[in-house]
Amino acid sequence: MNWLVTLLLVSGVFFFAIGTIGILRLPDFYSRLHAAGKCDTLAATLAVSAIALYNLHDLSFASILVSWKVFFIVFFIFMASPTATHAITKAALIVGVEPWQRKGARK
Amino acid sequence: MMSQVFLSVALTLVMLIFLTLVRALGGPTVLDRIVGVNMIGTKTTVLLLLIGLIYENMPMFIDIALAYAFLNFIATIGACKYFRRSKRVHLEDDLAIEKEGSA
Repeated sequence: MNWLVTLLLVSGVFFFAIGTIGILRLPDFYSRLHAAGKCDTLAATLAVSAIALYNLHDLSFASILVSWKVFFIVFFIFMASPTATHAITKAALIVGVEPWQRKGARK
Repeated sequence: MMSQVFLSVALTLVMLIFLTLVRALGGPTVLDRIVGVNMIGTKTTVLLLLIGLIYENMPMFIDIALAYAFLNFIATIGACKYFRRSKRVHLEDDLAIEKEGSA
């Protein structure tokens, strides 16, 4: 059980690191959103699932209740993070942020 | 042994938060800053849960993390609604307008 928790936590941190590298390195706003939206959702889901699993190591009514709340956080992040990314993208399209193009590409 | 794992994961998350802060402080548009702050909020939610595990006070920190997740989402949606109306999201535009005003 501890190995599974460690594996989930480390993979969560790995995807957080990928998302951070993406948001720092990618060339324009929309590709940065691509890194931010998906990597963040997956990484938070993995890491918070690991915490909920570890919380169940002493099985009692209180710990089951706390784990239920932690899974509610997972569910909320899973719904809210793509919604927020979609709202930011729509705001950028309305305001008119230019997409990045390779130099010399046809318009 | 597990508390050491939680501590190292929490420290790595703090480092990643500082790296994301680079984008949140120096993004070319205002919307880049909103994306950076949103990512920092997601990382902070996980970090709060890890702090709850490290201090073995989970029932208190779970409520704080839940409230932080809600607040992060509402703040992002509100900022998007606000900047959708303004036509100046590029930070250089503000500087250019200030120069025109002073010249």
